[in-house]
Amino acid sequence: MPLITSSKTQPSYDVIVVGSGAAGGQTAYTCTMQGAKVLMLEAGRNYDPVKETPMFQSNGQAPLRGSNTSDKPFGFYDATIDGGWQVPGEPYSSASSDPARQFWWWRARMLGGRTNHWGRISLRNGPYDFKPHSRDGLGFDWPISYADVAPYYDKVEMLIGVYGDNHGLENTPDSPAGCLQPPPAMRAGEQYARAKGKKLGLPIIPIHRAVLSQRQDPDVLPKKLHPDNPRAQRILADAMRQRQACFWATPCGRGCSIKANYQSTTVHLPPALATGDLDIVSNAMAREVTTDASGKATGVIYVDKTTGLEHTVKARVVVLAASSAESVRIMLNSKSARFPNGLANSSGLVGKYIMDTVGASLGGQIPALENLPVHNEDGAGGAHTYVPWWLYKEQVAGKLGFARGYHIEFESGRKMPGVGVTAGLDAFTNGSYGKQFKADARRYYGSFVGFAGRGEMIPNDDSFCDLDPTLKDKWGIPVLRFHWKWSEHETRQAAHMQKTFAELIEAMGGKVRTPPQADGAKAIEPGGKIIHEVGGTIMGADATKSVTNQWCQTWDVKNLFVTDGGPFCSNADKNPTLTIMALAWRASDYLLDELKKGNL
Amino acid sequence: MNPTDSQSPARMDRRAALKWMATAAASAALLDASLLGAQTPPVAAKGYGTDPDLLKTYTPGELWPLTFTSAQRTTVAALCDVIIPADAKGPSASSVNVPDFIDEWVSAPYPGHDADRRTIVNGLGWLEAESQTRFQNSFTNLVTRQRNALCDDICYLPNAKPEHRTAARFFQRFRDLTASGYYSTPEGMRDIGYTGNVALEKYEGPTPEALKHLGLA
Repeated sequence: MPLITSSKTQPSYDVIVVGSGAAGGQTAYTCTMQGAKVLMLEAGRNYDPVKETPMFQSNGQAPLRGSNTSDKPFGFYDATIDGGWQVPGEPYSSASSDPARQFWWWRARMLGGRTNHWGRISLRNGPYDFKPHSRDGLGFDWPISYADVAPYYDKVEMLIGVYGDNHGLENTPDSPAGCLQPPPAMRAGEQYARAKGKKLGLPIIPIHRAVLSQRQDPDVLPKKLHPDNPRAQRILADAMRQRQACFWATPCGRGCSIKANYQSTTVHLPPALATGDLDIVSNAMAREVTTDASGKATGVIYVDKTTGLEHTVKARVVVLAASSAESVRIMLNSKSARFPNGLANSSGLVGKYIMDTVGASLGGQIPALENLPVHNEDGAGGAHTYVPWWLYKEQVAGKLGFARGYHIEFESGRKMPGVGVTAGLDAFTNGSYGKQFKADARRYYGSFVGFAGRGEMIPNDDSFCDLDPTLKDKWGIPVLRFHWKWSEHETRQAAHMQKTFAELIEAMGGKVRTPPQADGAKAIEPGGKIIHEVGGTIMGADATKSVTNQWCQTWDVKNLFVTDGGPFCSNADKNPTLTIMALAWRASDYLLDELKKGNL
Repeated sequence: MNPTDSQSPARMDRRAALKWMATAAASAALLDASLLGAQTPPVAAKGYGTDPDLLKTYTPGELWPLTFTSAQRTTVAALCDVIIPADAKGPSASSVNVPDFIDEWVSAPYPGHDADRRTIVNGLGWLEAESQTRFQNSFTNLVTRQRNALCDDICYLPNAKPEHRTAARFFQRFRDLTASGYYSTPEGMRDIGYTGNVALEKYEGPTPEALKHLGLA
């Protein structure tokens, strides 16, 4: 079974998975490894990273030296296809014209979705992150604890390959032996920050990213991941043998033709396809979930984008993994006499409590990094270092003025030059030109650092999405309308980030490139800009106060699951992808078990 | 494509381009990008779309028509080389086709590029007019001392006299574009000290010399 067209689908499947990214990939992987027959629907085109990734192309080979445009918002070589905060023909709307009240919705219409270009940062939620309401009275507790998810974090780390190490820090879980790969050495700027940031009390440690720093052991890991399942072991071992270790060149955001980093298209889908139990239809824009008289899901109606024709496919279980907001859209568009407000929406909470990550950043210039002896700092195609949230005690003591925390991501190094390589240099050189400018360019290249905060947003009543009453996409499907508002917890946190970054830059003997912004409302990035879209189908222990239970299973329709970020009822500062995969694996195990028992 | 071929079909209508230049030169005394902006016709071309071929090598002019006239290109090449001349570590900007990149940039049908087009085209007009006024010669034909005298007035915005501010903004943008174009070529990457984009067996972090430089050895 393979990539197929609409006309080749089977009359019925065990499971239909809508979406092919982190959630869809993990769901299809887990289900097919256990022998379930799965149909995956992807709204974008088929995509093969092995053939399509620009691995060693330099900016000089690209239009506009590879810089970002409205067609390619993260630059020409970014892996994203037919995606961005705007997708032609697929609009969404904002309830408010106030920019501060708008949500930017990023989509990627391609097999593998956003996993093809993501930052690969793979952090575990800690114990506090599952019980935030119990700690500070804000937001919601999850109906599960860290101990419930930890075994799945272990499995996902072993499956996808994550580099990093353990430091025993508060609410920053260690991984058991055998889960992580060795982290790469820190770059010069990162090491310098670590040395000079000590006096600020910042724990500057290796970050965790889904990149193979060494090859996976195909004789050990498959047995650990799939005990008592020789077929799965064999298929996964074969898939692991197809992956190379990182060769320390080309940015991960382009994707990876040697499969050294994780993207659904190189890690989840190849073994799932190798089972013979997965069919994938691309260019399949899901419109609604169909139901029968008893209220059970029966399948999905989708529009084949290549023909414009509608198709109905059937399965015993439907899993939405389309991105949290897209899954909300499908549920709200699945209206019937039995479900007049959309599917599985008896709580009225479908679309409510959407969240992004708090983002703010500041750059600096560090004299110590000037004229650094020439060396190659490409490294793992992304960050090697970060600072986990460190002010737990100050927060408990009420010294911070906001709830929840943030981690700090680093931008430094002698990167491949592109557009803007000397932007702003005139402030350091009094506007030099000629041979002096060339000397200045060499001197200052690699001496600029940037720090980006990524912090927790608390779900609130003013941040949600619903269906726009009139607007439809090019296939006639009603689109989402977003409502958004940051609370003071987020804006104060953004101001705190600015202050911290300025202190760190000063501790490194440097100067900030712009004054730190004391007004958090001005420092904070727009909602959705960080692309950590979660919530909208939150999980809980009470069917009247949540959309799904702890298994990502909707309360109202027992054979309908949502395995993307939708069930997140809080959005810790830890980037959501690893948790999405862990929860998707956990939900899939439950789903298969229930299917076997005849409960679905 | 031959970068100096002004007859290329990819180029903008020559007459239209000459007209902006004449307008820009005539108005040099009261040059202001926002006033003259209306003189540059909008770019009608399309971009490369949301699913371009990422593996091929692109040449300026193949995706959208270019802007500069041959006279402007001559000035652009001269100014590029004033900013980035050849030295022991690398060639000059014009010798690695940076003028083509600047033309591609100011001609691009994407938001923001319009403003750069006005800034650059009007700035080139100012530069020519100013060369004529001060030295009765084209910028391209000025001797080094004359070129430097002119550039010194506009190379650093905070120090520019009020009547040179607009030209200083042009110079700042032009220098950024020249450096962007130059340092993204193989020669420019070598010049600035970028040694990556090669497969390595191992990543070992900073060299001992680099750590020593930082006081971390």
